[in-house]
Amino acid sequence: MFAYYVQLGWRGLRQGPGLTALMVLAIAVGIGASMTTLTVMHLLSGDPLPGRSAHLFYAQVDSDPSPHRADRAPLDMLDYRSAVDLWSAHRAERQALIVNSTVKVRASDAGRSAEMAPMLSTTASFFAMFDVPFRYGGAWQTEDDTDRARVAVISSALNQRLFGGVNSVGRIVRLRDADVRIVGVLAPWRPSPLFYDVRAGRFSQGDTADFYRAPEDVYTPFETGIEINDGNFLPFTCWASQPSPGHLQSAPCVWVGLWVELANDVQVARYRQFLDDYAKQQQSLGRFVYTGTRLQTLMQWLDFNHVVPSDVRLQSWLAFAFLAVCLCNTIGLLLAKFLRRSGEFGLRRALGASRRAVFAQCLVESAAIGLLGGIGGWLLTLAGLWLIRRQPAAYADLAHLDAGMLVFTFVLALLTSLLAGLLPALRASRVAPAMQLKAL
Amino acid sequence: MHILPILHALRRHRLTSLLLVAEIALACAVLCNAGALIAARWTALRVDSGVDEASLAAIRLQGFDADDAGDINARVLQTVRAVAGVQSISIINTVPFGPTVANAGITTDADGRHFAGVVDFYVGAPGSFEALGLHVVAGRAPTADDAQPVHAFVPDEASVQIPRVLARHLWPGEDPLGKTFWVGKRRFHVVGVLDHLSVPGPGGGEEKDADWSVFVTGVPGPQFAGSYLLRAAPDALPRVLSASLAALRQAMPDVVIDEPYSRPLTELRQAYFEKDRFMAGLLLGVMAALLMVTALGIVGLASFWVQQRTRSIGVRRAIGATRRDILRYFQIENFIIVGAGVTLGLGLAVALNLALMQVYELQRLPWVYLPPTGLGLLLLGQLSVLAPAARAAQVSPATATRSI
Repeated sequence: MFAYYVQLGWRGLRQGPGLTALMVLAIAVGIGASMTTLTVMHLLSGDPLPGRSAHLFYAQVDSDPSPHRADRAPLDMLDYRSAVDLWSAHRAERQALIVNSTVKVRASDAGRSAEMAPMLSTTASFFAMFDVPFRYGGAWQTEDDTDRARVAVISSALNQRLFGGVNSVGRIVRLRDADVRIVGVLAPWRPSPLFYDVRAGRFSQGDTADFYRAPEDVYTPFETGIEINDGNFLPFTCWASQPSPGHLQSAPCVWVGLWVELANDVQVARYRQFLDDYAKQQQSLGRFVYTGTRLQTLMQWLDFNHVVPSDVRLQSWLAFAFLAVCLCNTIGLLLAKFLRRSGEFGLRRALGASRRAVFAQCLVESAAIGLLGGIGGWLLTLAGLWLIRRQPAAYADLAHLDAGMLVFTFVLALLTSLLAGLLPALRASRVAPAMQLKAL
Repeated sequence: MHILPILHALRRHRLTSLLLVAEIALACAVLCNAGALIAARWTALRVDSGVDEASLAAIRLQGFDADDAGDINARVLQTVRAVAGVQSISIINTVPFGPTVANAGITTDADGRHFAGVVDFYVGAPGSFEALGLHVVAGRAPTADDAQPVHAFVPDEASVQIPRVLARHLWPGEDPLGKTFWVGKRRFHVVGVLDHLSVPGPGGGEEKDADWSVFVTGVPGPQFAGSYLLRAAPDALPRVLSASLAALRQAMPDVVIDEPYSRPLTELRQAYFEKDRFMAGLLLGVMAALLMVTALGIVGLASFWVQQRTRSIGVRRAIGATRRDILRYFQIENFIIVGAGVTLGLGLAVALNLALMQVYELQRLPWVYLPPTGLGLLLLGQLSVLAPAARAAQVSPATATRSI
């Protein structure tokens, strides 16, 4: 029976090819626009570490003593002393301190000129905690953190630029004025967003595209980086003037992040207690004025920072309004198409087809239009993503259609056309056979 | 022409007419909002920086130590001054459309109780104010005596120039000259009011207006080095800049030139607004596609109606209606439907705007966008219905006699 409907549908589509083409075009354009933005939304709002992110937490304490702050909440980062205190207590399964800076990089054994590269100074657990993939070598040892060892891990992009992509483990790279031994080279790695560096999102007026930039080029042990690049660190914010700019260990500034991995609710509760106790202890020592603390999971932290750029959210709104217009359009055209063939439906009814049969036939025809529209929509989505990739935004290179979204394109096209076909099909199945036959 | 019979006929096509009304209403709502967004971007990109962009270029150096800053500054000034065509080279912490390097919350009292917002500081060495070509509207331009040492990102106490907009925000209705504002313990005395001076990143940060900036004169030192302002005749600027960069590369092979920010100001401006232009283009594309889809929908349905009513058109023609009457009939019908859609759509546009304001930092929809959008859609409706209506007018009265 279904095959028969398909056959009838095909015949129906060829009757009035102009109207059919209009409908296919309307669905294709609507699907193309909404899938393009939906794909971008999907890429930007996804979980950067599926399965792991629920166990990763960003720890904050309120070290700022200024009394006049409107929002009394911990600042986005930690001061050096609190960060090192919390880290040294080793209360979490894995933990990573992070601090960003820009460092001058040269390969001492290559004749290239120097370049400035983003550097992350962190602790050994960082790589395991965040599932960072290695191409050659591996992370440094835990002792290297305390020994201030002159070792580094570099990105695959920097390895390509400095060493032409060969295994450079054991080679020396010059960071500012220090020679550092490479212990690991990362495989290409592009988390979306660059979650561990996300902060200050709520002050960015929705312009958060930079959260989707590529990861750092150089990774060094925490203290090693601070030692090598001393004087070149920028604070997140300060509550009093810095005695010596760029050197922040004793400055009244926050500039260090702390990520911890906690396996279960018991550990989370225990860690919260630990943070609270620490804040109270510091208050009694006179170092803190306020005892607020915060411990958010990775996804909570991303939401808190509104990571999805508002341009992208706006595009999605527009695209769906657009799809709604296309839907209205298709309903109207389908109505016209089916009502025009009232005579044919009347005849089928008179010859014994049930209302249901006519209804089903109409829906099959709508679905066929949806499929054709889906193909057009898929092509337009590819074109739309190509356009997005040309956009001057940090996330531009991420915009690709994955298998899931490809399937979803067709599902959405089918759903749209079936939804559009519902009312016209109902109308068509209700035609009174006698009236139509009289008019034939 | 009587409207009543048309309305009467429309009741027989309630569903299709309502769909068309809904489609036009939705399209109208989207068009109004997209238009307002484009206009907002357009205004943003035409911001007046207040400086002579055409004759200015920035040069930024990285990868040197604070201890060498004095030496670096001296060598850069000496090297660039030797390049032919350079009108001036001076030290400045950043330029409009350059990186944001010094912004801070300010208060209008010494105790820090009256928070007045976040502003951007330009710290320029003597000579840079003149090179920028800023216009003083009240008070005075900086003098060499105003220059203060820069220990951190700004001097601890200084005489400053601020734009009119910021002065009005800080001290509404008062004379800003002689007033003081604070950043923590640092004090700044206003001695001049500028026509315009935009922040480095207009529209991007916490500054509520593009003109929330402050010009401070500083003495170059360890914390004030590596960023320069080059001035040359507009037509010679690109050549002078590349010659200067080449000279610097040769004279100081050890420092790194920050290429993306070492460009003429016109190029920095272009790059800064690239994403806004892209978004405006995208919105324009959406508007065009939407208009196309709507027009095609009207053509499709109107053709269907004409076809469906061929017989009644024939009857009307047979009993005396002229071709013109038939044409008018479809035009008025279209006008009623699109008019209803537009009326509904304008309400929907305001509703959509309110909804968008929840998720997106957006201003209220200016009402001036509503009438042109409505009129435009009415015109589009009339254009789309023209061909089907003309076809209807061609129906011969003889049709009426057939197949009755």
